Amino acid sequence: MPRLERRPQPSKAMMFASPLIAAVLMLVTGYILFSIMGKDPLQAFWVFFIKPLTTSYGISEWLLKSTPLILCGVGLAIGFRARVFNIGAEGQFTMGAIAAGGVALYFYNTEAFWVLPLMMLAGVLGGMAWAAIPAFLRTRFNTNEILVTLMLVYVAQLFLGYLVQGPWRDPEGFNFPQSKMFTDVETIPALIEGFRVNWAFIVALVLVAVSWFFSFKMFAGFRMEVSGQAPDAARYAGFSEKRNVWFALLISGGLAGFAGMAEVAGPIGQLQPTISPGYGFAAIIVAYVGRLHPLGVLLGSLLLSLLYLGGDTAQMDLNLPSAITGLFQGLLLFYLLAADIFIHYRLKPKQSEPRTTFMPPPEPEGDIT
Amino acid sequence: MNTDTPTRPPRLELIGITKAYPSVIANQDVNLVVRAGEIHAVLGENGAGKSTLMKIIYGVTKPDSGSVLWDNREVSIDSPAQARKIGIGMVFQHFSLFETLTVAENISLALDSAIAPNQLAQRITEVSEQYGLPIDPHRLIHSMSVGERQRVEIVRCLLNNPRLLIMDEPTSVLTPQAVLKLFETLRRLAAEGCSILYISHKLDEIQALCDKATILRGGRVTGTAIPSEETRESLAQMMIGRSLPECQMAPQAPAETRLSVKQLSLPTIDPFGTPLKNINLDVRSGEIVGIAGISGNGQKELMAALSGEHPMPKGATTTICGVTADRLSPGQRRDLGLRFVPEERLGRGAVPSMSLRLNALLTSGTGDGLVNNGLISYSKVRAFAQDVIARFNVKCGGDEALASSLSGGNLQKFIVGREIAQRPKVMIVAQPTWGVDVGAAQIIRQALIDLRNEGVAVLVVSEELEELFMICDRIAVIADGRLSPAIPAAETSVEKIGLWMSGAFEDAKVEEVQHA
Amino acid sequence: MSTEQIILILVSVVTAATPLAFAAFGELVTERAGVLNLGVEGMMLLGAVIGFAVAKDSGSLAFGFFCGMLGGMGMALIFAVLTQHLQTNQVATGLALTLFGAGLSAFIGKPYVGMSLTGLTPITIPYLSDIPVLGPLLFHYDLVVYGSFVLLFALIWFFKSSRWGLIVRAVGESPVSAHAIGYPVIRIRYFAILFGGAMSGIAGAYLSLVVTPMWVEGMTAGRGWIALALVVFATWKPMRVMVGAYLFGGVTVMQFYGQGLGIHVSSQILSMLPYIVTIVVLVLISRNPKTILLNQPMSLGVSFYPRS
Repeated sequence: MPRLERRPQPSKAMMFASPLIAAVLMLVTGYILFSIMGKDPLQAFWVFFIKPLTTSYGISEWLLKSTPLILCGVGLAIGFRARVFNIGAEGQFTMGAIAAGGVALYFYNTEAFWVLPLMMLAGVLGGMAWAAIPAFLRTRFNTNEILVTLMLVYVAQLFLGYLVQGPWRDPEGFNFPQSKMFTDVETIPALIEGFRVNWAFIVALVLVAVSWFFSFKMFAGFRMEVSGQAPDAARYAGFSEKRNVWFALLISGGLAGFAGMAEVAGPIGQLQPTISPGYGFAAIIVAYVGRLHPLGVLLGSLLLSLLYLGGDTAQMDLNLPSAITGLFQGLLLFYLLAADIFIHYRLKPKQSEPRTTFMPPPEPEGDIT
Repeated sequence: MNTDTPTRPPRLELIGITKAYPSVIANQDVNLVVRAGEIHAVLGENGAGKSTLMKIIYGVTKPDSGSVLWDNREVSIDSPAQARKIGIGMVFQHFSLFETLTVAENISLALDSAIAPNQLAQRITEVSEQYGLPIDPHRLIHSMSVGERQRVEIVRCLLNNPRLLIMDEPTSVLTPQAVLKLFETLRRLAAEGCSILYISHKLDEIQALCDKATILRGGRVTGTAIPSEETRESLAQMMIGRSLPECQMAPQAPAETRLSVKQLSLPTIDPFGTPLKNINLDVRSGEIVGIAGISGNGQKELMAALSGEHPMPKGATTTICGVTADRLSPGQRRDLGLRFVPEERLGRGAVPSMSLRLNALLTSGTGDGLVNNGLISYSKVRAFAQDVIARFNVKCGGDEALASSLSGGNLQKFIVGREIAQRPKVMIVAQPTWGVDVGAAQIIRQALIDLRNEGVAVLVVSEELEELFMICDRIAVIADGRLSPAIPAAETSVEKIGLWMSGAFEDAKVEEVQHA
Repeated sequence: MSTEQIILILVSVVTAATPLAFAAFGELVTERAGVLNLGVEGMMLLGAVIGFAVAKDSGSLAFGFFCGMLGGMGMALIFAVLTQHLQTNQVATGLALTLFGAGLSAFIGKPYVGMSLTGLTPITIPYLSDIPVLGPLLFHYDLVVYGSFVLLFALIWFFKSSRWGLIVRAVGESPVSAHAIGYPVIRIRYFAILFGGAMSGIAGAYLSLVVTPMWVEGMTAGRGWIALALVVFATWKPMRVMVGAYLFGGVTVMQFYGQGLGIHVSSQILSMLPYIVTIVVLVLISRNPKTILLNQPMSLGVSFYPRS
């Protein structure tokens, strides 16, 4: 086994190369997988990754599906930088959708221009409220936010199920568990007539820029970064941990809530028991693959969105299970984590002295990273 | 002192040991002979390669080249277990004990043959009494003082019947009186034929205890000596290549009180921490007050309370430059002019994974216009970082070098420099020169003295008595969460401070009150 | 309510508690060695899908369980290689394991959706099982249920009285010290992680082979996360894990018997209970930071690599 040695400085090049390496390894695995399943790998690749983008409709779908990923991913990345692990974006997404849907149904016949902005506000607040629970519990009772945010995903989904099967069910919906279709004024306008991608995508792009400005130009962003990388240093510097936790959770929750609103007030157009193919969880992968950097999140979202589309076309054209999307997502994250070791380590030419186990050499000081 | 040492058979012999890490050569062509029953010092300053060498002997680290001879036979020591098997024991500088386990459990983990628990407890008691190292086998480690923990480490080694005992900087956790007791134990062991490798950078200890010394500098052997026949000067010459630097400090009258703590009692939420009990302390403009004490006696808690990292409890009053600061956060205290250099440099004083430039910003967010309206001014941050690097002669790869890439001494110069550059009114420094090379230590100490000369109130916490006597106007002692009165350094002695370190200052307090 | 009904409810509590207990026991050992594996959910899913697929194809439930266990271990092995050798962050890797497990299990399980099989049947012990009330309540379960109790007492003994248990605790408290006195920290952690994977695999297989003998995508429904919470709730003690598992088992079956018990609330709302109870329980236990500090393995979640 080749030995690794610690680089004197982490490699900047590897920081950028590692997501690419991960993507390539994912493709290699895909090649093997497709071969095993008796499909022509090159054709499968074409169907999976190229074909969806060959039509203008396909491109619209691509951007449409990337929108919730960008929104959730940007928020999560801000939190992860500060080591606030909100992994329940899926739940905040759902609550945002519920809150927005509630507004839409309440003002169903109003037909007023302000309903849509109110729905947006409700979506953001719904997501924030759901994220405020773990924020409160962590700052007040020291409760681990990973477990709480995750548990709340299930609660939110069950709540949505309860609403669309009970009080909010469309009375004329042939008993299907879904709400009434939202009206035109309750739907986010399309970006281009005839395509489903809507203005939420533009909002997401703006938020990428805002998040970049916050993370790299503002002292508040620096504070959060310090808290993430060295909590003791943050305490020493006097950066409030509580403020970080609240901020990270409210921002990521609000953005996820907005994404949920954009989904039900966009492509779906109503509330139904399932409103997300796991965008909130995929956004975790997006955040990591994007190096917790807003621009990276944008690129990561486009990649994962393509995986969703590819899964669909592969199911139609090649009769492959669409679950392959989830498999690719998971693989991508694993490969990324593994490739990241080359940021801090490099291969060392083999020495004469044989070694059976790999032992990275020490840092200048301390045994624990 | 044994005069017949050279005639004794060599027990351990190192020939041409070399060990290189990617950024540094820790040991280069090191030769060393330890004879039976000899107390052999390995002398060298921080970073000279002593610890690496000991880890090689104990099988923790493998050398790149060179050979190890044990009883004149070449051996390859691949693991600590094997080292113990052939009769090598090691007492680590940072103990390898498990806090949540009992003494007996800890010892049983390091024994290679399993002994029944009740028998083991008995053996522990026997050995500990035999060598004057009293310990209770059933106590949990976290309830013990550092001195007691060291006894556990030593007893743990002795139960394996070692023929060579490695002691890595053993006295940094002991009061001067306890050091003398430790020396007795070591001499007794040596008399029974056990060889001792004694790692230290303290010249007087080596002169008092050791038969022979091998001196390391920059990973190479720069000489061997019989310490009793050398002078402090000649040993220092071999150790650092020049004579020990001295600090320039003229007497000066202190002015107004700048930092004052009254009746600070602080229960600890950390189950392994030390609660503070009724601490009173004043530091005046233009003086350096030192706090001596064995680590783990409440220094950490006191520092956290003074810096504002730990909220002040009710009933205590803290004033900084005349302003009540009880409820103030670290940032607000900094605005009042209180600057603090913590003991942990990587991870607390600096963010390891960030550049020096960003680390300069860490505690400077509110000063000097580095941040305007919440926006970072990178050009100013950069200029500030470069200024600190230049002023304090920080050896690094520029202001974009990561904090983790610096040596301990250079990082400490950077952190101290960063705080000094913000013109403190009160400066608190914990363990200013711990793990720092002699050159950097000199720069740091002189910088603190210069601050004091400029009228800053300086508070220094250190385990090194020698250092405190070198730079302090007044010295107080912290023991078991209580703080002694601070008395002028000129009116006290190492012995008295040493006595106080074991907590015997309650009577002294009364005495002082009567004097006043 | 009749005695039979009460017995029925209690028996279903046992059934619901057993997979939680297995998964939590596994994670307990992993965490005691200082490793935080958040991928329990993913490992359980793999155990469930492989267990079901193998049992369906081979016709042997025992072989299904065995392969389910191997499936969980396989996942744990990925985690071990990444965190122990490649020094990846344990939290991120655990999350990745869960996400990957969800994707992989859905992929493997696609052909099996909608199939069913006859689940593991309880064993009957002559005479004992025939005792009224006590018989069905105590002596009429499948072997896995009894296995959970064997495991409980084995773990209590392991951590209290065995040398290996002491070593695992030592590694979990201070890998640096354990390494310094010569223990192979990484190898010990590997074993602990693999044990955790094996137990999660069994827990998952129990879901798809006994609790509801079929494969449904994402059928663990957060039980892996509840198991993680159980370990914290139990302050890393095996006995309390068992008590917690039964408590949660009780809460879980509420949704099925709620109507019968006269609680007229929508089934979705009742189904929220286990998740809400998990949060409440976590709040109660973490409210006092001292409780966690005193009991949590001190190096939990912190990477360690030996100096060469």
